[in-house]
Amino acid sequence: MKYVCLIYGVEEQLNAMPQDDLDRLIEETAASDEELRASGHLILGEALEHVHAAMTVRVRDGKLSATTGPFAETVEQLGGFVLIEARDLNEAVRIAGRLPSARVGSVEVRPVIDLAREHS
Amino acid sequence: MTDLDELYRTESRRVLATLVRLLGDFDLAEEALQDAFVAAASQWPRSGVPANPRAWLVSAGRFKAIDRLRRRARFDAVLGDLAALLSEHPEPPPDDSVEDDRLRLVFTCCHPVVPPDAQVAMTLREVCGLTTEEIAHAYLTTPPTVAQRIVRAKARIRAERVPYQVPPLDELPSRLAAVLRVVYLVFTEGYAPASGADVVRAGLADEAIRLGRVLSTLLPEPEVFELLALMLLQDSRRSARTSADGSPILLADQDRSLWDRSRIAEGAEALARAAASGRIGPYGLQAAIAAEHVKDRTDWPRIVALYDRLTEADPSPVVALNRAVAVAMRDGPAAGLELVDALSGELSTYHLAHAARADLLRQLGRIAEAREAYERALALTQHEPDRRFLERRLSSLSTDSA
Repeated sequence: MKYVCLIYGVEEQLNAMPQDDLDRLIEETAASDEELRASGHLILGEALEHVHAAMTVRVRDGKLSATTGPFAETVEQLGGFVLIEARDLNEAVRIAGRLPSARVGSVEVRPVIDLAREHS
Repeated sequence: MTDLDELYRTESRRVLATLVRLLGDFDLAEEALQDAFVAAASQWPRSGVPANPRAWLVSAGRFKAIDRLRRRARFDAVLGDLAALLSEHPEPPPDDSVEDDRLRLVFTCCHPVVPPDAQVAMTLREVCGLTTEEIAHAYLTTPPTVAQRIVRAKARIRAERVPYQVPPLDELPSRLAAVLRVVYLVFTEGYAPASGADVVRAGLADEAIRLGRVLSTLLPEPEVFELLALMLLQDSRRSARTSADGSPILLADQDRSLWDRSRIAEGAEALARAAASGRIGPYGLQAAIAAEHVKDRTDWPRIVALYDRLTEADPSPVVALNRAVAVAMRDGPAAGLELVDALSGELSTYHLAHAARADLLRQLGRIAEAREAYERALALTQHEPDRRFLERRLSSLSTDSA
């Protein structure tokens, strides 16, 4: 099964982090990605730019509107994601719990809909 | 690499059980298991499958776990000490202790620090290899609910430093009772699902019987044989108990050629092993009743006598209801109805009690009351096959009374 781990955090907190801590978090994340790649779990993992780099797009009645900023103002912002292959939800939760970002923010684990399975 | 998939299916739980013992931690063992299979997938195609794949996987998993801990020690010094400690340990023991490892794992999953509802989930996932999603499906709950139970159970096991072992003799009776309870719960969930019916659930009955066999081999206690006998004898009628659409078929109407003779023979043998101890407990009495049900002629007086003993050993309203039905078979519907009516308070929400009552009323020709009782039973059950069965009974009442 595929799961996506959505990594949320308070951007202001991350911005206020001492450089040493930030460097260490980046280094640990690289090591963690390497480990997940070696164990065959990692499909794709990326960190995202700050929300002020975001655009929100909608199409209504054939008209496109593009506004600056995120879709929703939230306390914690989406800062990255990891797409993994895991045996089941508990394995996905175990992997999410080992992500270094989980010690700073929160990781939401969401199963990816398996269309082949849904219609079998 | 279909061979490796097959190997994962047959060996992964045993390898995991051994790794849990060697590494002393569920999560580390699960990571190590995954690493071992990844290593096998990359090495075996080149170097060939080793003579003893299971031992190879255990050994590879253990080394990978030590590697992991060493790498993580860059960020957490404690893990470095743990890695050093594990490296000092001797090589994994030879293969004959593998089943013992599974037994240790069952006792760990059913340890008193683990809440009862989590014991079932832990056993199904860690020992039987079901996924969280499959367990949730079988128990009609959501995967996050099951996942959280398992996460908490593992945290409890870690926090309480539950030793990973078969309990010492003085603790064994009470600890074994918990394990047998979980195995039987798994079985009944597969054998008599509370609602719906599907393949995963039928698989639960097989898993429970497999576990029962492992237990009886490693821990030949009378109670273990009693439970194994009960599961085998009840399960022997599985194909005959339900029609194509899943509706229940009563004993009298079952096609006896569908009964599984090898299960009956194995069950009878297990029951004889249990009886040799000279004592018989609740599982054994239920097994003896199940054994009567697979005889060519049903001996109702003997079944009533067994229910009398079961009522003494382990009284419950459901046992009393089953006894009432057996009495009706022995002494006629009026005698049975008197007993069922005496239970009506305790079993007022149990649909099978109303169904039994309806059936006895029908036999006594009290059709209007029977109809009312069938309707009560229908109102109380969500189980689709039972609903169909009751609806058929209800509609046949009008033809009976005509």
